[in-house]
Amino acid sequence: MDNMNITSAQYLAFEGANTSIRATIDGVEVYAPLDPANRHYAEIMRQVEAGTLTIAEAD
Amino acid sequence: MSKARQLADLGNQVDDGAISGTNMVINGAMNVAQRSSSVTGNGSSGYLTCDRWKVSGGMGTRTVTQQADAPEGFYNSYKIEITTAETSPSAGTSLAFEQRMEGQNLQMLKKGTSNALPITISFWVKSNKTGTYILEIDDNDNSRNINKSYTVSSSGVWEYKTITFEGDTTGSLDNDNAHSLRLFFWLDAGSNFRGGTLATSWESTTNANRADGNVTFADTVGNTWQITGVCLNVGDSAIAFPHESYGETLAKCQRYFYQAHPQSIGARVGSYVADGTGNAIGITPTTVPLRATPTLTTTASDWGLRLGGTSLTCNGFSILSLHNGASYIGVNAQASGLTSTRTYSLRSNNTSARLQFDAEL
Repeated sequence: MDNMNITSAQYLAFEGANTSIRATIDGVEVYAPLDPANRHYAEIMRQVEAGTLTIAEAD
Repeated sequence: MSKARQLADLGNQVDDGAISGTNMVINGAMNVAQRSSSVTGNGSSGYLTCDRWKVSGGMGTRTVTQQADAPEGFYNSYKIEITTAETSPSAGTSLAFEQRMEGQNLQMLKKGTSNALPITISFWVKSNKTGTYILEIDDNDNSRNINKSYTVSSSGVWEYKTITFEGDTTGSLDNDNAHSLRLFFWLDAGSNFRGGTLATSWESTTNANRADGNVTFADTVGNTWQITGVCLNVGDSAIAFPHESYGETLAKCQRYFYQAHPQSIGARVGSYVADGTGNAIGITPTTVPLRATPTLTTTASDWGLRLGGTSLTCNGFSILSLHNGASYIGVNAQASGLTSTRTYSLRSNNTSARLQFDAEL
């Protein structure tokens, strides 16, 4: 577990499909891919499953 | 040391496989620091200065630097300095320095078999906080660890340490690109990680057995801890540190972190084709294939999509794809007012513009 402080998360879509997540992690805006091998995506999903984070739908 | 003793030691190293000279640690000499050479006010886990090395835990506030201070034969070290002390840490807090390794690079350890091989870790350390420190090898695949202590004997003096860990006959490592093992240098720990019996043999992870006896490094402003020359080799004796060129180390690091940082205004870093009026799709080449699809970190407004002398300031990015084994990443750069199907250059608006691709473990 990485103890990342994630304060926002929103899916980004292209051609109708989600491609990545724009998130603010430890105060920095990042674009995380939807790849379980990516440490940021893995932590986002861990916090979602724990009920401490919600990912907003794409605009 | 006598010639006979030296020959005996050499034969022992051959038996163990140590003589091959492989250092499983990347950037052990702390020479590569793509992100930054100094970070102040750090209070959370992160990859900060020297590549592949991570400061872990939220204990105290720290300044971390790639420091031009090292024992003879090295030039750089990684330095952690306490700038806000933690005198009453909560139970679950910690401060450590770590490197994570992929399981597919560790199969020679024969971990989880009856022929599991020992590991020796050697390094140079300097600190003004003398006393006992704990070094841990942590098996992330099987939730197991082994912990050994070393002593910083003199304040402000480089000291060479070697520590051997026996092989683990339990728990094989996954043969994949994920985090299997980590080297974990404890600097300080809350009560959850103390109070047990130090796990000097491999065992299922019990937090109280991980950092018992470690100094309270974060308790005083001005405490410093520096390290360099980190080597992890197979066998029960340390090999001489296998120095390598900057380029060799950089290429190894770029599997985990790559950045386009031209450090100039107007630098073009790729061609992007507009798909509609708000998205432009491009390919960013990397020097080596990344470990996994990376996270992109950038400030969108540091970049513009330029065509015919007109630059449209970017207002967002996203990662589209990483083709396994290929040295490029699909990126969507966003701006308003694009003309569909036209090709734009992604251009830096200032000297601080960076596209950082993070595939760290």
